[in-house]
Amino acid sequence: MTWTPTPYRVATRTVETHDTVTLALRPVAESLPAFLPGQFAMIYAHGVGEIPISISAIPGDGTLVHTIRAVGAVSKALHDAEPGTVLGVRGPFGTAWRLDGVEDLLVVAGGIGLAPLRPVLGHPSKHTLLIAGARTPQDLLYQAELTQLSDVDTVLTVDHGDDDWQGRVGFVTEPLASVPLDPERTTALLCGPEPMMRFCARTLLGRGVPAERIQVSLERNMQCGAGLCGHCQLGPLLLCREGPVTGYPVAEPLLLAKEL
Amino acid sequence: MTIPMTDLDALPLLMNLSHTQRAALAGVSRIETYEPGTRLFDEGGLADQCWVVLSGCVMIDAAVPPRGRVTLQSIGPGELLGWSWLVPPYRWHFGATVVSPTRAAVVDTGALRQLADDDPALGYQLSLILIDALLNRLQATRIRLLDLYRNPS
Amino acid sequence: MTNRVLDLGGLDALIGVLREDGRVVVGPVLRDNAITLAELESAADLPGGWGVETGPGHYRVRRRADTAVFGHSAGPQSWKRFLHPPRRTLVTSDGNGFRAAPDPAPDYAFLGVRPCDLAAIAKLRQVIGGRKPFVVAAQCTEPGEVCFCASMGCGPAAGPGYDIALTERIDEQGQRFLATGGTDEGAAVLDRVPARRATPEDTALAEQDVQAAARTMGRAMPELDLRDLLAANRDSAHWEAVAERCLTCGNCTMVCPTCFCVSVEDHTDLDGTAERAQRWASCFEIDFSYLHGGAVRTSPAARYRQWMTHKLGTWHDQFGTSGCVGCGRCIAWCPAGIDITEEAAALTREHGGEQR
Repeated sequence: MTWTPTPYRVATRTVETHDTVTLALRPVAESLPAFLPGQFAMIYAHGVGEIPISISAIPGDGTLVHTIRAVGAVSKALHDAEPGTVLGVRGPFGTAWRLDGVEDLLVVAGGIGLAPLRPVLGHPSKHTLLIAGARTPQDLLYQAELTQLSDVDTVLTVDHGDDDWQGRVGFVTEPLASVPLDPERTTALLCGPEPMMRFCARTLLGRGVPAERIQVSLERNMQCGAGLCGHCQLGPLLLCREGPVTGYPVAEPLLLAKEL
Repeated sequence: MTIPMTDLDALPLLMNLSHTQRAALAGVSRIETYEPGTRLFDEGGLADQCWVVLSGCVMIDAAVPPRGRVTLQSIGPGELLGWSWLVPPYRWHFGATVVSPTRAAVVDTGALRQLADDDPALGYQLSLILIDALLNRLQATRIRLLDLYRNPS
Repeated sequence: MTNRVLDLGGLDALIGVLREDGRVVVGPVLRDNAITLAELESAADLPGGWGVETGPGHYRVRRRADTAVFGHSAGPQSWKRFLHPPRRTLVTSDGNGFRAAPDPAPDYAFLGVRPCDLAAIAKLRQVIGGRKPFVVAAQCTEPGEVCFCASMGCGPAAGPGYDIALTERIDEQGQRFLATGGTDEGAAVLDRVPARRATPEDTALAEQDVQAAARTMGRAMPELDLRDLLAANRDSAHWEAVAERCLTCGNCTMVCPTCFCVSVEDHTDLDGTAERAQRWASCFEIDFSYLHGGAVRTSPAARYRQWMTHKLGTWHDQFGTSGCVGCGRCIAWCPAGIDITEEAAALTREHGGEQR
């Protein structure tokens, strides 16, 4: 493990919502190994700090694509990085979404949780259903792109609609409870706030999807990315190593423990 | 138009009903299709039916001056629309408008009550289905109260 | 390998040989009314004739009746501060490029490493890596009041990992150290030190002293699977009871010889250069578990549970071993006198009660 970041330059900056942008990063010289969907990078803003950011697209040409929501000092600095800015990147870190042998893929995302799931939406599973929730229509990520995805059925739902909103108003568990799905064939990938993942997982268990075929992406404070700093512990897990993507049978008791 | 059984058989909502029970339910229902903009009911109106949306989308709203009709909730495929027929005074509490081309099973709730009274086993199953749907709606609404997706900064 | 017997002059020569080879020799010294760790130039620097008196929230140096140099138990410092310094620069950057900071660690020889600390060095290095120090262990013949290494399987005899192990003995034949080579390197160093061959009696006496020490441990960890106990007691009300006493000061994590957690901090200069440095962190700090929007573990109960559960339980899940060696430092240096062995015993009692 190295603490030394590899320089990447911001190639493009796409404004997604009022507080979220997507940065495409190109290596200045050397590049990092390829990322898998679900893995994350530690991205450093000069002089401000370093935070974990999931990979949110894998174009295959060595470009790193990250969607960043400004929620703190470092994410604000990264959010504000204009094209040309040099950022430091370390990675890839963590576990990937397990997609081997997937038949029907069910992807449930809440808020910025859609970003780590975006790379799996091109997965050649037999059938992909995406249920994505957001606060308002203006907070929904990748809207134009989502409507153009082939082979993906998409249900978009918001907490608060507006006059122009043609999608759904409600929480993701509502369509999740009523969409047609074959529990024998479904693999579910969940990413969003912890309560959202817990509720979704329970809805899926109620529909007969086995816990073993539910994966969640967990988050804790991360500083090193290699199990050295101790910050990302969630019970027995070092989430930078054994996460972020975790099977629900392992995650469930940990998510139910208070202040773990 | 009478209801094709394949529509009801495919609904997760009715999964726990036997084929015969679903057929009984179909007997008190009819299929309707609605154009976007169709007003299904208004607050205060007599609540004497409910809908199971098969495809499309219906929005539930409340009139809030001066904001006008505020959308609270959408009802999509496989979901149940309309509860006020269950309890007095049998008046709609909210309004509902179709927002995309919608196909729905419209249930005659008077006849449904009669069915449940005549066959307590079916009545019990129907109660469970209603509670399940209601609980799911209640829990989802509570989670929305958490405002989970807000920016914490 | 043949055992040797060194006198104090021999010990001094051993330090000399290690220094000759370019190593920085670190060992126990008396400083600030405590046995601390510092560079040794000769055996005269060792705390000869000083012992310690420890208890929960209690540590005092005391004069010994003899001149023993290793007659003290674990002090406020551990070898962690040399292998894993309290602060270390990681990276410097100028906004366009990043430079790894050089690792200034010298070639260390640690002298007087107690068996608990020998085990701690292995556990710490398993996590953080780094160069292996040359280790001269000092087997324990006089455990302290807060010691429980025997119940953790980490003492009082030195386990694997030493280059040389010493056992100090003072009797009518005088002060002497039975020296055992643990590695070829250790044996080669010993060959250069004036010493006599050990007799079977020398060896037997040393073994007898160490065995006797095992019976005079001040404390013991309950004999059961602590990993299971802690995993089963995540929601125990006992954490609240500990939290009523715990000041969340983090002393236990600072003095612990295996607590490895670090936080990374950024410093910028007016000239535009920036530095990233790691510092020892404690899971008792509120910000330790900071996630956008706030900390996950805000209550003292949750933070104490995290520390103890990690140390005794989930360390097994993460690293295949316990994170505790039974040195007792966390007990002595807790300002509230919280005793990890007593908390484990209380959880055991409570858990046993639930099962009945």
